[in-house]
Amino acid sequence: MSDIRVIGVAAVRRRRRRLPIGVAVAMGVLALAVLAAAFGKAIFPDAMHQDILASTLPPGSPGHPLGTDELGRDVLQMAIAGTASALVGPVIVAIGSMLLGVVMGTLAGYEKGWLDTLISRWTDLLLAVPVLLAAIVVSGVMGGGYWVTVALLIVLFSPSDIRIVRAGVLEQSARPYIEAAQMLSLSRWRVMFRHILPNVTSLVVTNMMLNVAFALVAFSSLSFLGVGVAPGTADWGRQLTDGRAIMFQNPAAVFVPALLIVVVAVCVNLVGDWIGQRLSQVGEEVR
Amino acid sequence: MSIADTRARASRLRPLGRMVAVRVLGVLGVLFALSILVFSMMYLAPGDIVKNLLGNRPANPEVVAAVREQYRLDDPVVVQYLSWLKGFVTGDLGVSIRLQQPVADAIGDRVGITLALCLLAFVVAVVSAVPLGVRSAVKAGGWVDRTGNAMSILGLSAPTFAVGLLLLYVFAYYLPIFPVYGGGDGGIDTLRHLVLPAVTLALGLGAIIVKLTRTAMLRELESDYVTFARSRGLGERLVRRIALRNAAIPIVTGASLVLTFLVGGTVLAETTYALPGLGTLLQDSVLFKDIAVVQSLTLLVAVVIAAIALIADLTYILLDPRVRRQMGAAS
Repeated sequence: MSDIRVIGVAAVRRRRRRLPIGVAVAMGVLALAVLAAAFGKAIFPDAMHQDILASTLPPGSPGHPLGTDELGRDVLQMAIAGTASALVGPVIVAIGSMLLGVVMGTLAGYEKGWLDTLISRWTDLLLAVPVLLAAIVVSGVMGGGYWVTVALLIVLFSPSDIRIVRAGVLEQSARPYIEAAQMLSLSRWRVMFRHILPNVTSLVVTNMMLNVAFALVAFSSLSFLGVGVAPGTADWGRQLTDGRAIMFQNPAAVFVPALLIVVVAVCVNLVGDWIGQRLSQVGEEVR
Repeated sequence: MSIADTRARASRLRPLGRMVAVRVLGVLGVLFALSILVFSMMYLAPGDIVKNLLGNRPANPEVVAAVREQYRLDDPVVVQYLSWLKGFVTGDLGVSIRLQQPVADAIGDRVGITLALCLLAFVVAVVSAVPLGVRSAVKAGGWVDRTGNAMSILGLSAPTFAVGLLLLYVFAYYLPIFPVYGGGDGGIDTLRHLVLPAVTLALGLGAIIVKLTRTAMLRELESDYVTFARSRGLGERLVRRIALRNAAIPIVTGASLVLTFLVGGTVLAETTYALPGLGTLLQDSVLFKDIAVVQSLTLLVAVVIAAIALIADLTYILLDPRVRRQMGAAS
């Protein structure tokens, strides 16, 4: 009887430790993307240098493995140099909306009462707003640039974080250990952020990863519509939009940045799902 | 005063009617708040307000006076807002400075193609995604489930325009089956022009619907009534039909998610395929700072979303016998 249990536990543990192949590949791709974001501009400082006399070259041209656009800019260099702009915004949006979600969600879930009602109505309202539409209208009409878009997306992405944190906190605050903490007359801030918060981390981190992927798609969609990223900036969305004009001469000008966006978004999703599963398993073990 | 009246009347109604009244009032309140925001866009836009409203027209005194008169710029802001709101409700949406025609006409010319696109995409998505979601849930972990899951991650991760450009390159340029750009000249030709954009939109929509259906169906199949029905010897087909009917509730309430995606996706799909619809109208107007058009479209979309969300909520009451019974018991 006890033998069987030991084997069972060992099997579970072994399965848990092994990294699924898809997740390993996704992590490798993301590591490459982070490297490109950190050093891409330094390696190719002239990636955005325009040459009016140049013309579009198809992929496989000498010196330009993926060809050039109509301004003689190398597609591969532009894609590498554009990584930073494509990734930094979405990551900041995901972290920002996570912080907003943690603070507002914890307050709503723990304090309850009018504060909860207020925050919940606010999230209901924001959830009904089409993110893309609001971003087009606001940053288009106000003429906002990259950072206005970042701020706007933080607010528009926060409702999912708020809801998830709130639900997690509600569930946790009914448990005996919270009652015990309250009996020790710990301050409510300490209970909220030192005792409850660590137990909802898995939800928060998973949602943050999903938001990185969604924000990446949202950012590139906005650049595609001509909002958000200024012309002449190295950025995947921008590169793709500019490449549309020469799509039939050099398809790589469009499909290389498009593929990069899709691949990174899929990888972030895969790694996010995996981290979420792992963290929730660890949580169950501790409990 | 009138709100208090309405409340008093609402409390006398049956609980179901009362709930509906509360929901409708809530929606109207949200739309009211939103209309103030949309109205203030005129003041928040950078630059001189009269210049923004004039656009490319020459700024001679008569024209300026006409614009000031039309938007009541010399009256207090509240009066301006009320006259603007009255215009919106009665269908007088102002004049587009870019197109030099009434906004209502500009919207009327383009609304057909957008509606056709959304409807086509929605039908394609539902017809393909609901059976896939059901099948994924029934054979959870099987190959259909795993393929469906991979497809829905891809559908959610691939931006609408990237999918659109790929389909355009393959099916309009490489294999010239469908037209590349534009809206066609009506009838069958327009339908041909709408196929690729609709499929593009349907991929993203379908990804959401597959996920919603699978989750809802899994939960229903694990519940006690399904085990009970099976143990009574009901056929698997019948059991699945009953489970799907109950799973329809979370799917329908997820409609707002689908809707917000559809609104953004339409703008992207129309831009990708250069369709003359409301999405391209919005995008061009935003880039041109044609504020009257942007205001009208934004508020119009808000009204449509609110109406559909309300209908979805009410459908939820009608679909779920448990909710209906609770309503009856509470009275």
